[in-house]
Formats: sequence, structure tokens, C-alpha cells
Amino acid sequence: MANRVVVDPITRIEGHLRIEVVPENGFIKDAYSSAQMWRGIEVILQGRDPDDAWMFTQRICGVCTTVHAIASVRSVENALQLEVPYNAQMVRNIIIAAHALHDHIVHFYHLSALDWVDVVSALKADPHKAAKIAESYQNWKLNGAAVFKAVQDKLKKFVESGQLGPFANGYWGHPAMKLPPEVNLIAVTHYLQALDYQRKADQAIAILGGKNPHIQNLAVGGVSTAINPDNEATLNMERLYYIKQLLEEVRDFVHNCYVPDVIAIAAFYKEWLKYGRGVDNYLAVPDLPQDTKGETFDIYGGTIIGGDLSTVKPIKSFNDRYFIDNVVENITHSWYRGSWTRHPWDEETVPEYTDMPGGYVDPQGKYSWAKAPRFRQGNDYIPMQVGPLAQVLVSYALGHKLTRKYVDSALEQLKSVLSLLGESSDGVDINALQSTPGRHLARALRAQVLSDLALKQWEQLVDNIGRGDLEIYNPPTYPKGEVKGCGFHEAPRGTLSHWIVIENGKIKNYQAVVPSTWNASPMDDKGQHGPYEASLIGNPIADPEKPLEVLRTVHSFDPCIACAVHMIDPEGEEIVKVKAL
Amino acid sequence: MNRSLFLGGIPKTISRRGFLRACAIATAAMGLPMEMVPKVAEAASDPKRPSVVWLHFQECTGCSESLLRASHPDLATLILDLISLDYHETLAAAAGKQMEENLERAIERGNYVLVVEGGIPLKDGGIYCKIAGKTAVEILKKASEKALAIIAIGTCAAYGGVQAAKPNPTGAVGVSEIIKDKPIINVPGCPPNPHNFLSTVLYFLTFKKLPPTDKFGRPLFAYGRKVHDHCERRPHFDEGRFAERFGDVGHRLGFCLYKVGCKGPETYSNCPVIRFNDVEVWPVSVGNGCYGCTEPNFWDTMTPFHKRLPNVKIPGGKGIQTSATQIGKAALGVTAAAVAIHAGVGIAKRLATGSKSEE
Repeated sequence: MANRVVVDPITRIEGHLRIEVVPENGFIKDAYSSAQMWRGIEVILQGRDPDDAWMFTQRICGVCTTVHAIASVRSVENALQLEVPYNAQMVRNIIIAAHALHDHIVHFYHLSALDWVDVVSALKADPHKAAKIAESYQNWKLNGAAVFKAVQDKLKKFVESGQLGPFANGYWGHPAMKLPPEVNLIAVTHYLQALDYQRKADQAIAILGGKNPHIQNLAVGGVSTAINPDNEATLNMERLYYIKQLLEEVRDFVHNCYVPDVIAIAAFYKEWLKYGRGVDNYLAVPDLPQDTKGETFDIYGGTIIGGDLSTVKPIKSFNDRYFIDNVVENITHSWYRGSWTRHPWDEETVPEYTDMPGGYVDPQGKYSWAKAPRFRQGNDYIPMQVGPLAQVLVSYALGHKLTRKYVDSALEQLKSVLSLLGESSDGVDINALQSTPGRHLARALRAQVLSDLALKQWEQLVDNIGRGDLEIYNPPTYPKGEVKGCGFHEAPRGTLSHWIVIENGKIKNYQAVVPSTWNASPMDDKGQHGPYEASLIGNPIADPEKPLEVLRTVHSFDPCIACAVHMIDPEGEEIVKVKAL
Repeated sequence: MNRSLFLGGIPKTISRRGFLRACAIATAAMGLPMEMVPKVAEAASDPKRPSVVWLHFQECTGCSESLLRASHPDLATLILDLISLDYHETLAAAAGKQMEENLERAIERGNYVLVVEGGIPLKDGGIYCKIAGKTAVEILKKASEKALAIIAIGTCAAYGGVQAAKPNPTGAVGVSEIIKDKPIINVPGCPPNPHNFLSTVLYFLTFKKLPPTDKFGRPLFAYGRKVHDHCERRPHFDEGRFAERFGDVGHRLGFCLYKVGCKGPETYSNCPVIRFNDVEVWPVSVGNGCYGCTEPNFWDTMTPFHKRLPNVKIPGGKGIQTSATQIGKAALGVTAAAVAIHAGVGIAKRLATGSKSEE
């Protein structure tokens, strides 16, 4: 199998991912995505208290910390049809928005920028020229020749130490690196500044959640964040205004630094706008509920089929059957026994590890711990791409005002940067987002929308407290017999859903269908590739020894593999059958 | 600390010419332009930052993420000025083959501090976690051989963590169950406060020894006392003032959270002192009990999280243990009127309801 390129580990992601591609004449002909870890958290949940599930599921992922906790309490509340007090919704909403801001900033600057930015090249930059260039496409208060010079000096000292640490053996000088030294210097400077701003978003979360990562303020039926403006040990005006200050600072960074940076990089790498589209069926769910039941939302959800925005179909409430009835998972190529396609409530999964005979993926066999989630369309089921791109496209198609405003404005800015570079703007429209750089841009635009909406949730919370409402919690009551619930959440990486079956107040069955499982999924029984795989096919690959282009496209999804492979539910069956070791 | 400690792949004893050649190879390997060779040679003669190799196994990356929230030192200072983070999958620019080479080189050089994040599955030959075709347990054993010391960050690496909760489907364990011949420090927590980890590293670098620990391998400077001992709500506990339910009057007045499940009386950690995220918080300060996440097996011993610990003695006057329910009710009776005046709405209803789950 000399014609296979294996990238394992894929780094700058959460978890253990292996990507295998088949190169042919400088392009990728076929691709296989394989998740390399399994922990069995679903088995562990069985028989436990539904009230505790969110704590366990939160540990599915510390990068997506908060998201599994939120989806989990929503799944139990959905099973009980339990309303959540308005204050609790707003506290959760601020956490959701602030977490997304942290996550998108870290993903762009710290986990994926190094695919496009040549750190070593920044040493050659002229800081004064960098300041001028920066001014031409953004108005960020922390730019300036002196700042760029200081960063360059620091970088120089670091490189000259000969100890490159995490930057060792990167793809510096790779032929696919296209930015001029000055733009590389600007990006390295923002890499360091972004560390401060992502932390501010986390601090806003911590004030409500007690700590971060892994907030500790949720409960089925609300939150445990005590609100009382007349007490010193509760959420009072000092705490609330601290949150507001932090959210405003993060908003400033997102609007004036992050978004323009992504636009500039997309312009410099314009040729990439034609790569990485892959699966162009999109799925997003609505979020930031505006009432106690989850019937109105501040961001929109729905589906788009075949990349055509006119096919959009909305998902409208926490009880929307269009979503709840149509999610299925297939395990033909996943390391579990059988080859069935089932609804999450009805799954029973037994691990069946086969390794990779010969060291490479056998496209006929099983090759990943990730399952293959699919969405039912009539009698068929199809792969869906989830994530900020899906959410932005669905919101745009449904006429979400803020999304329309920021998408349209970003596309205009992209055109103007292209004209500065002397490039044509042909084909730069909303459809250009369906690409590898487009996923980064969609993520930045989602951050822009959420940076405004975070402050809106804050205003609503404060207004409500001002009306004298201090309620935060409706205690759950568990009925005799069986109830089923679905909790969904539009997480930073896309549509997340938790599915629970409760019997006599204890967990009988638990499944999480996770954004990175939708995107990292292996093929299904019909040979339909998942989004990572599909998006890699047709990508260029200049040097199979240094497959930088593979990283670019895979990273554009923001993979999270601990999430993708989280649990199983064996319904009391034996856990393991191992074939080859 | 001599140079072989950090760029030890380049031996000191070779000729000057051989030494420069080795540096040229190292320069190329780091992906640097050739004009950097003299600088690398200089650095190889006088390395400054100690090597750290960080492995990820069955984990959620929450411990690594916690470092992104640290402030003293912050992450940039840590990796640019203090240590040489030679292998860390979440932060590294390299991937795949280049990344494997980074690990091989770091191990070859030896003399690094090994940080482990995540549990290690042992069941079925360890197949439940693989990196570059090798199992977690193989990688751990190999990387331990030349490590100066091992820091197990988080409850997973220390004691197995969430995947080791009953019935532990993958046979997950902590590092000290596997490695017996190296000094190991456990820095548990889910995730631990990043400053407990950083202070362990700084302690080691500054004093050239590991800090003293308790019987679970935890440094005493961070895990020497019970959460309960330094909790700001302890006076409420001592006076019998409790929140009975989230959102009730006691909860709104910042009373003790023992009866809504706080595990502080049986958990060793400095959370109330060091707090989190530089915004003066920890779970108790916002209204949620401690979940005991620094204790081995807390996923089994501390659950259900919102139910109170069974065997904690409550000061009830006359020096005897009194029923938690009785004492809570008495205290609430006194405060209810005052609060109702302040908050105005919805309080009486909540008082009447109380906690359904108790007794």
C-alpha cells in the first residue's frame, strides 16, 4: 500500500485521530477518517441518577467543556417536559455564547493558524511595513510597529534558543505557505494576543459556572448559580458588570481583529476557496432559547440539502419532530458488532475491534471507533455536515438578521482585500463559504454574531432580575416507568444531541450524537463518505511526506475526537469482542 | 543542568566539526533555515529551558485547556520562556510522521519531565487508545524510561478518572498503577487548578526536587487540607445555616451547601484558597457544592452529586450530632422573614417546598 499517506496523530485537535489518504498526481483521490480512542462513558452512565449525567458527559470533552453538560440537562428536561426558569436560560445562554467565543478564537489562532502562517518567515518581516499592511485591512487597537517589533524580538530570541518546543518540525518553508513575512508577523502577534482574549471569555463563564474548564453550576431544571442583588455571596451587580466588561472586550477582539484576520487569510489563499466543500448537506439546530420551554430562539436551525440555500427547512423547538425522528446512526465501518442503522434511542452497541490488517484501512471493513450519523430523507438517509458553516448557511437562508448583516459585510471586505492584492473577486459570494477557508470564515462570523448576542442575553438577565425574579431552578420529579428525551445544542463544532431513556428515575440508555461524529464519520453501508473524508477528496497534496494540505482541510472542521468517540450502550451485553491484536 | 540534559541528542564529547554537523542536522530537523546553524550550536552549548514531554491518553483535554486559562505564568510565558514543550499533541505545529519524530527525538535526548494527561486502558491489550499505531500503555512505558520524573495531571492520569468509573469498561488506570520505578506526582482535579500543576513544575525546577505528598501522591502545598477547612461558608455550617435546595432562601443568602450535596467535608484540595480563573470564584462561591473531584474514584464515591454525604457530623449544639434536616429547618425559620422583605417574590413558596430528595 505504498500509495497511502497516513497522518497519525493529527495534532492541534482534541483527541486521537488518524487520517489516511490516497494521493494521485498531486491530488487526493480517496480518504479515510479513523478515530483512535474509546472510553465507554455510556456504559458507565447506566443505572445512575439522571441528575448526575451532565457531570459525566461533560467529561466527554474539556475543549468543548460546557456543551455536553448543556445537552445532557436538556435531554432530561425534554424527557420530563420540565420548564427551565428564565434566569437559568439566560445564565446558560451567556455561558453558551461565551464558550463559543473562547472556542472559536482558540481554534483559529492556536489550533489552525499554523497551517497557513509560517512562523519562521515572520522573522524576516519589516515591523513598520507590517503596521501599514495591518492598517489597510483592520482597525485593531493593539496593532502597531512597536508591538510587532517586540513580538519579532521575542520570537527571534525563542528561535535562537534552538528549543522550538511545540513549533519544532512544523511546516515552515513549505511550498503551500503563501503569506508575505509581514502578514505572518501580524498573525503571530495576534496568536499571542488571542491567548489573552480567549481567557477573558473563560472568565465570564467562570463567574457564572464557578470554574472553567468544566463548569459546576448546572442542574436538571435550571442552574445552581445563586442570584441575589442584595447579598455578597451571590450573583450581584459587581459580578454581573464584571461579566459585561469581559464580554465587551471579547466582542472588540472578535469584531476588530479575528474577523478581519480570517478575511485577509482567505484572500491570500483565494485558490483554496475551491477546495474542501465535501458533503454539502447541512444540519444546524436552533439555540439560545428565549423562553422557559424552548419554543423561540436567538439563533436558528434547520437543514439545507445539496448546498442549495433554497432547500432550507427549519427546526423550530426543543420538541421538533423533524429533528427528533430523523437522526440515525450506522455502524457498518465502525468498530462495533453488526452493521445496523438505528435511531439513537434504540441503539445497542458492542465493541468489535479489528485493528487495521496490514496497517492500512480496508475500505470493505471496519476502521474507526466513530459511528456514522445520518439524517433520514424519506426512505433514504444521508450524511450531513455540521458546524459553524452549517449554522451560518441555515441562519442566512432563514433570514436571521445579524447573520445576514455580518456575512454580507464580510464578503464585501473580502472583495476589497482581494482588490488590494490585485486579485479578481469573481465567484466571491455566499457559496464561497462552502470550502476549507470558508469554514474558518463562517466560524469567525458566527463568533461575531454571538459576541453581540452574548451581551443581549446579559441585558435580558439583568432586566429580569430588576423585575424581582430570582428563580433559577425547577426541581425534577421522575415518574414510574419509562420516559425518553432528546436534548440538543448548537455547540461550537455544530449540532450536538443527547438521547436518554429513563426508567423508574434511573438511566436505562444514553447516546450522544456529536458534531465531530457527524463530521469525522466513516462510510456508511451505502459507501457514503462522512464530511472529513469527502472534503479531502480532490484536495491538492504537494508533498506526501509533509501533508500540510490534509491538515488544512481537516482542521477547518475543528475536529474533536474525544467527542466523536465517547460511549456505547450495550444494554447489559458483554462489552468486548477482540479479533486481531 | 548540563547541555546534554536538553539537547542531549548532540553528545558533548564529539569533535567541533562533528558537533556542528550534528547541529546542522538538528537545525534541519527543526525545520529552520540553514543560517540558523550557529545559533543552534550556541544553544546546544548552553541550553536554558528544561524539556517537557506531554502525553495524552484517555482524556478530554480539559487539563491542557486549563493551562490556557492560567495567568502566572500564562501559557505563552510557560512555553516561550520557562520550559521547552517538546511534545504536546494539542499545541504542536507538526503532525503525523513529523510529530512522531519529535517524540522519538525527545525520548532519545532523555532527561525530561514527563506529563501524562488521561487514563490508560489496560483491558484487551490496551487497544482502546492508540496513537500512531501504538497503544497508550506501550507509549507510556517507553516514554517513562528516560524521564526524570512524572507528573500525572488530572484525576484520569492520577487514578483512572471518569472512564474508570464502574464498570470501568476499558480497564482504565492511572500512571502509578503501571510505572513503579520513577518518582510520580499526582495533581488530581477535573481538571485541576492549572496553578497547582504549574506550581508543581516550578517547585521542581526551582528546588530541584519534588514536593512532599500525601498518601495519594498529591503535593501537600495544594492538597494538604480539606476543602471544608478553608471554606468561606464554614461559619454557616458551624451555625447550622444551610441551603436546602438551589434557589431557596438559604441558597440566596450564601449559606452552607452541605445539604445540596457539597463534598467539601471529605475532599482534600486548596480550591477555596486558590480559586479559579482569576475572577475569585470556585464552585461553592457561585452556589454549587464541591463534587470531590480531587479524590480517587470520586465518580463512584461522591455520587449522586446533589445528595448530601451520609456520615458528616453537624455541630448541633450540646456537642452531639443532630439531624441535618432538623437543624436546617430551625435556621431557616429565623432568616425567612428578613429575606422575604428583601427579595420580595417567590420565597415563601420555595420555603414551603423544601428539598424533596432529603431523607
